[in-house]
Amino acid sequence: MATSKDREEPTGGEQSSAEASGPAVEEQRAAGGEAPESGEVEQTAETPEGGTRLSPTRERSGMFGVRGSGDTSGFGGLKLPGYAPAPAERPYGGWFDELADELAESLDRRGVARSAVRQITIDRGEITFYVERERIAEVCRALRDEPELRFELLSGVSGVDYTAPDGAAVHQPLHVVYHLLSMTWRRRIRLEVALDPADPHLPSVVSIYPTADWHERETWDMFGVIFDGHPALTRILMPDDWAGHPQRKDYPLGGIPVEYKGAEIPPPDERRAYS
Amino acid sequence: MSTTDPYSAEPRETTEGTVYTVTGGDWDSLMDSVSTDEHDDRIVINMGPQHPSTHGVLRLVLELEGETVTQARSVIGYLHTGIEKNCEYRNWTQGVTFVTRMDYLAPLFNEAAYCLGVEKLLGIEVPRRAQLMRVMLMEINRIGSHLVCLATGGMELGALTGMTAGFREREEVLHLLEYLTGLRMNHAFIRPGGLAQDLPEDWAAKVTEFVTLMRSRLPDYDKLLTGQPIWKQRLEGVGYLPVDGCLALGATGPILRSAGLAWDQRKVEPYSCYEEFDFDVPTATEGDCYARYRLRVAEMHESLKIIEQAVDKIEPGPVMVADRKVAWPAQLSIGSDGMGNSLEHVRKIMGQSMESLIHHFKLVTEGFHVPPGQVYSAVESPRGELGYHLVSDGGTRPVRVHVRDPSFVNLQCMPAMSEGGMVADVIAAVASIDPVMGGVDR
Repeated sequence: MATSKDREEPTGGEQSSAEASGPAVEEQRAAGGEAPESGEVEQTAETPEGGTRLSPTRERSGMFGVRGSGDTSGFGGLKLPGYAPAPAERPYGGWFDELADELAESLDRRGVARSAVRQITIDRGEITFYVERERIAEVCRALRDEPELRFELLSGVSGVDYTAPDGAAVHQPLHVVYHLLSMTWRRRIRLEVALDPADPHLPSVVSIYPTADWHERETWDMFGVIFDGHPALTRILMPDDWAGHPQRKDYPLGGIPVEYKGAEIPPPDERRAYS
Repeated sequence: MSTTDPYSAEPRETTEGTVYTVTGGDWDSLMDSVSTDEHDDRIVINMGPQHPSTHGVLRLVLELEGETVTQARSVIGYLHTGIEKNCEYRNWTQGVTFVTRMDYLAPLFNEAAYCLGVEKLLGIEVPRRAQLMRVMLMEINRIGSHLVCLATGGMELGALTGMTAGFREREEVLHLLEYLTGLRMNHAFIRPGGLAQDLPEDWAAKVTEFVTLMRSRLPDYDKLLTGQPIWKQRLEGVGYLPVDGCLALGATGPILRSAGLAWDQRKVEPYSCYEEFDFDVPTATEGDCYARYRLRVAEMHESLKIIEQAVDKIEPGPVMVADRKVAWPAQLSIGSDGMGNSLEHVRKIMGQSMESLIHHFKLVTEGFHVPPGQVYSAVESPRGELGYHLVSDGGTRPVRVHVRDPSFVNLQCMPAMSEGGMVADVIAAVASIDPVMGGVDR
């Protein structure tokens, strides 16, 4: 599979050095500046952006940090942490500033710590809020009910598995993504929650957005994410007795046996590829 | 049940109780065989997944008190093909071939929404001619999709002439699309960066001819169905879902507009030059099956208006971006063995330019790199908001392609529309949702 995640690194410095500077710190302040929860300390001490999809805890190997092979020639290249979205920097532009302020204020009014939003990223004209998993339902309720926010419609819930194809360690690779639409303000936002595959639990939002029912069942079915509080979290697309969660990157793919001379078409991830 | 019928299925005992198989016309004999002293009127009925009135491989589980539905649930997944997963093992251009097969009644909408997402990731603007042609193709496709909705919905409610008429007109749509794109369905014609190729030379005449034909045929539906007493009695006040129910359940498209909210992606978040077109968004306030039927008919007339304007607007120009790093390198032409790479192009890359050959090989086998990030792109498909969530890690293949298919979401409204009503009204409600199982199950 693709090795495109691996990139040349100009120096041996921390991948997040650029991101850990001004904007990230400022964002942390904007998001409340509260002390991170105990479980997050190790990570957030290094990266204030916290909920990024790939943290510097991903191991680097090769070149200067050679391990195992003893090859110091450099031909082995340097494997780097993959893409991590950078926190947005104030001013965000457009309606993004207003929205972020409104959300922060409404969280205050509702007694939800501002640190519920771990990071805000703006990319290609779309805003993404990385939300702490314990707070996702409260954040959704604020987004739905506050008149200044008024996200009436949950477009969808789905998962993304950011596990690196080369097997490199990725911190919290399992993401749950919510797309919200405000018809009143004609705005779309994205909420993202990062999870550990060993503990794939997060609160269900079905009581806030009933439409999430099937979406969450699909995300459970495909990614094995457990939505606590869902009325009936059962499989929806796969048969009830199916084992495994097919959209996980580590889900084994099947080959196709062909009859002639016992050949077999290999699974897609083992086929000859040019990329 | 007659024992001489070789196809009759005998009652069998299960842990839930006796299970009977009803095949039609045998209700009375079934009721006779069930002793009434040990059973009440409560019956759990399983409809589908192979059933002529469930709009595809949809399975409905209905709990009945007499003929009143007390609980309704839909069971899906019978057409799950893993298209989203498959996309992760192909390059971005190949993805079009997969997504076009999801909602198979609206293939061009799938292609357009997917390509708009890829183009947003790439940060490229498609040539104007391609954008307008996409609009025209999508609106032709919308007419075809709505016609199938009327046709199958009519069939499920017993209006068989509605079915034959609907499929007759839909055939015109498919003929036209075949002429324009080369394929009746699953076109894979809209590609990241534009279109696969330009339309045939006399496309404008063909499209105008089609518009004229549909203008003469569409009023037939008013004569056949709109004012027809049986049709109205089956649909009016049936499958009611108010606007707050629509929003809570995520319903979009004709269901939401039938409840009074004029929400149409083409108007509120215009894409692909829709802001230049003059058309109305039909709405109703009844929120019932009949309103949804009337909206679909009205939308077909609006689509004809858009198609006509598109024919006038389309000017000569390229249909693919100029960026050679994205544009598919093929230069198609008609040869002695049909459509294929033009001989001049093959001669050039094979004989004259090693760089062109390498470029062709790299782009076709590996594909183009898409900068890392994620986007959500939504279009107004015939059934509502069709959204694509695309994630790239910077490689030539998607990390994730998630489709927010409107059929999937809208089908959740079925219990809200049907519970408390009659069994026959469940069929009307499902028909008015117009789920396409290829899109629901993906």
